[in-house]
Amino acid sequence: MPSDLQFEKPLVELKAKIAELRKFTEEKGIDFTEEISKLEEKARNLQKEIYGSLTPWQRVQIARHPERPTTLDYIKHIFTDFLELHGDRLFGDDPAIVGGIGRLENQPVTVIGHQKGKDTKDNIARNFGMPHPEGYRKALRLMKQADKFNRPVICFINTPGAYPGIAAEERGQSEAIARNLLEMAALSVPVICVVTGEGGSGGALALGIGNRLLMMENSFYSVISPEGAAALLWKDASLAQRAAEHMKITAKDLLELGVIDGIIPEPMGGAQKDINKQCQFMKEALVNSLKELTGKSGEQLKEERYQKFVKIGEYTTFVHSS
Amino acid sequence: MLRDIFSKRRKYATITNPSSSTSTEKKEIPEGLMVKCNQCGAISYTKELEKNLKVCSSCGYHFSMNAFERIIATLDDGHFFEYDSEMISVDPLSFPDYPEKVEKDREKTGLNEAVLTGEGTIFGYPVVLGVMDSRFRMGSMGSVVGEKIYLAIEKAMAKKYPFILFSASGGARMQEGVLSLMQMAKTSAALARMSEQKGLFISIMTNPTTGGVSASFASLGDYNLAEPGALIGFAGRRIIEQTIRQELPKDFQTAEFLLQHGQLDMVVNRKEMKNVLGKILSIHSDRGDE
Ligand SMILES: [Zn+2]
Repeated sequence: MPSDLQFEKPLVELKAKIAELRKFTEEKGIDFTEEISKLEEKARNLQKEIYGSLTPWQRVQIARHPERPTTLDYIKHIFTDFLELHGDRLFGDDPAIVGGIGRLENQPVTVIGHQKGKDTKDNIARNFGMPHPEGYRKALRLMKQADKFNRPVICFINTPGAYPGIAAEERGQSEAIARNLLEMAALSVPVICVVTGEGGSGGALALGIGNRLLMMENSFYSVISPEGAAALLWKDASLAQRAAEHMKITAKDLLELGVIDGIIPEPMGGAQKDINKQCQFMKEALVNSLKELTGKSGEQLKEERYQKFVKIGEYTTFVHSS
Repeated sequence: MLRDIFSKRRKYATITNPSSSTSTEKKEIPEGLMVKCNQCGAISYTKELEKNLKVCSSCGYHFSMNAFERIIATLDDGHFFEYDSEMISVDPLSFPDYPEKVEKDREKTGLNEAVLTGEGTIFGYPVVLGVMDSRFRMGSMGSVVGEKIYLAIEKAMAKKYPFILFSASGGARMQEGVLSLMQMAKTSAALARMSEQKGLFISIMTNPTTGGVSASFASLGDYNLAEPGALIGFAGRRIIEQTIRQELPKDFQTAEFLLQHGQLDMVVNRKEMKNVLGKILSIHSDRGDE
């Protein structure tokens, strides 16, 4: 199968062998039961071995998997009465970010997220999930609408980064991102952000100022892509794997750094292996987070969000030796 | 563990430039008496150039200014009361060579980090001032830069002073990973709070103001000003060229380009900067609500 990743190959091959033996048993009437159960045991162990100790780079590959669920998948499976809303009212509608209103269980919410394509054509239309300023401004418009009508905001983050292009610069990519950071900090409603795949730098952060910041188990969040870091550090983008190991970009790393509040589990091997199950995990996490935030005043939500972000960072103060 | 290598820098009331014209580190102004303009090639005396705020008297090219020079050019009598002068970076990611690089830049620049924050007056108006210095890790923002700017904004709020920040930065500091990215959130959140309190923030973008700094506080001024010719933008020129596979126009991402595209209030010649700031401060001092 083309959707399997390189490091999964041994397991895929083993599973194919088991299937072959099964077929043989059925068709030729030769009994391979013992061999099959031995191989199945081996497959279980191999599975644990491969998926139980994924390296940062393997997680990056899972996070970028073409079949990984997108924002619209989560919307379809988790929210009811969803209506997609379009446009920034200034320039256009950016399909690299989707957003709208709907319900989570019974609670009205605004949902916003980066949107990658499902196939090449869709990906070209959605610019591979890399927004222009109008995408961020649409997101901001929907957040302010949510604020006005006292609806919680849920953001799904999954982008390689904000688009580096001429038009994006002309229309103020920097300002659009910066404005979202400022305005999200000032929202009086609960804001829950989930990194679902790639958390690509400022383009991800622009949807990321939440009361709760969660990451999926195989997502990553970084200040620069592993390829970009490798190019800067060693003048060689192919050393991305090495950069990924250095940069502390996995969910576990960010939990330890105190940047995120929790990790949403994934089915073994990644979200793409079982989208229904993944959506259950996601829904549980969202409902729980929302429960924790319900009943807090707008001021309290703002204050907590402020304290959460201003505390992030590590430094020391020089002490004079006397 | 930390050596007292920068005790030479104390809290000072009057700024002097520790890396004045004799420095060997400044590529744009080589050691010696004479300097050649990067833009027009005109030769001028280093001393004359410094007297002219490092603006070429033939063509108006703005040489880069370090943080000390900027403070002297901006605050009355160069009087500056520094905040958080002894805050220094740690190495949260155990990133290869990072502590050595920071150490080297500390020795090279006489700074402890890529930003100085503090207070002083401009034409008698008290302000909180932040000045970045692109010689220190390319002015990149790690935890210390973010924290110092956040604390300066808090100070400005507490004292009800305007906040003025000269940016000069290549963006977020890669060696502190996502912690650097989060400084964009931290500084912007502080500005959100200051804005709600109707505090005044004047952002001045100098060469270069790019990446995560451009995409956070630098773009969030009540007034966004820039120096002529400054490189300002989100994505790096090379990355854009690789992405779109075409060459970019020469003036792309200059202050003038941004002005033309509606991204700036004004492009201000360095020699006019203090006057322009004074006018804004004067108008705000008369706004009738204080
Ligand atoms: Zn010149």
